[in-house]
Amino acid sequence: MAWTREQMAARAAKELRDGFYVNLGIGIPTLVANFIPKGMRVQLQSENGMLGMGPFPFEGEEDPDLINAGKQTITELPTTSYFSSADSFGMIRGGHIDLSILGAMQVAANGDLANWMIPGKMVKGMGGAMDLVAGVKKVVVVMEHVAKAKDGTEEPKLLSACSLPLTGAGVVDLVITDLGVFAIDKKGTGGMTLIELADGVTEDEIKAKTEAPFKVALGQAPRSSAA
Amino acid sequence: MDKVYADARTALAGLVKDGMTIMAGGFGLCGIPDTLIEAIRDSGAKNLTFISNNAGVDGVGLGLLLETRQIRKMISSYVGENKLFAQQYLSGELELEFNPQGTLAERIRAGGAGIPAFFTKTGVGTIIADGKEVREFDGEQYVMERGLFADISVVHAWKGDREGNLVYRKTARNFNPMMATAAKMTVAQVEHLVEPGEIDPDCIHTPGIFVKRLVHVSNPVKRIEQRTTRKRESAATPAAAGEEV
Repeated sequence: MAWTREQMAARAAKELRDGFYVNLGIGIPTLVANFIPKGMRVQLQSENGMLGMGPFPFEGEEDPDLINAGKQTITELPTTSYFSSADSFGMIRGGHIDLSILGAMQVAANGDLANWMIPGKMVKGMGGAMDLVAGVKKVVVVMEHVAKAKDGTEEPKLLSACSLPLTGAGVVDLVITDLGVFAIDKKGTGGMTLIELADGVTEDEIKAKTEAPFKVALGQAPRSSAA
Repeated sequence: MDKVYADARTALAGLVKDGMTIMAGGFGLCGIPDTLIEAIRDSGAKNLTFISNNAGVDGVGLGLLLETRQIRKMISSYVGENKLFAQQYLSGELELEFNPQGTLAERIRAGGAGIPAFFTKTGVGTIIADGKEVREFDGEQYVMERGLFADISVVHAWKGDREGNLVYRKTARNFNPMMATAAKMTVAQVEHLVEPGEIDPDCIHTPGIFVKRLVHVSNPVKRIEQRTTRKRESAATPAAAGEEV
């Protein structure tokens, strides 16, 4: 039994700390907002120019001037502030955001991340992803462990080296997949370490579905994932 | 000095020429100067380069200028909410330069502030750094990016006075303030036109020095790209939580 999308989001929420400023990407990362522990003060940043993102509006209360980075209608909170996109990315690039949780196509054992472009296909652009992974203090990737093609074949996504064009080189600290959790020593030479297994998943299953080399240290908190 | 023009067409009359570079504010369809974009379309100018985070959607915003094939090149961070864009790009009619969103914002800010280039860690080790100078500062690698300055900027503001002092509303601010500073000629459309003195000087986002011309667009049609709501009966949910319906 692998983790569901919700379970992956719940696991990612364990990386939150009281007082954190956090940027959540589109997809499973957005769900992390549903798992912020009660009483924990976390401010969500939206890179188009907002800090203190509130929930989706009630029907009929949508404001076209109030959207998140996924262009969805949202609401404000008593803690909200608005600013320009230049100030917003000053916050991001300047290392003022504590945590970025985002999706990925490929992650390499050295922390390289690819999530914006597949050569030969229509490329929509990187948006703010390159700035986020370059500037945010801690980068957590949440993704399916393997890519499933329409014909049912599976391609590994955790690789010894990314084959797709990079979003950032040596930027990922932690990878949460449906099968487990890996810590990455992105600044050093420690590579990738499997630190948790999803319920009912075995080390052997993960080995079979992971192209990247990795160490195993289950049940230990590795240095790189400490807050 | 009263900078107000009767309408968008009059404000842009004689300004837009073939081959110009134009900045257009907005993020998605939020805070786009739609009325000024329509007037650029009506000017008939061709071979334009647009600097804008996105390229609108089919039939809205810069999507209008794709229909008329007036855009030769886009400098953007994210496109493709737009079938016509993909079509023209894949057929080679349209040139595209991708910038990371923060790099794009900073290039515009720098251009407006008289800074020709700067170093950023965004994009180091990626194809974005190809052909650009990479330099080490304090043990870290940074890539050099150039400031951007345009012939014309078109921006959208919530409120403006006749002097060109502007106030933006919520996330409709986005790229508008930097773009207002980074062109030879900035034209703003404002939803509410007021007299000088009616805006608290402490609350002005863009000082009037940057704005050369102003148009009052009292009832702009604001579109929502991703209408997302939560059910009324749901109890207080944490930040940004809720079901998409």
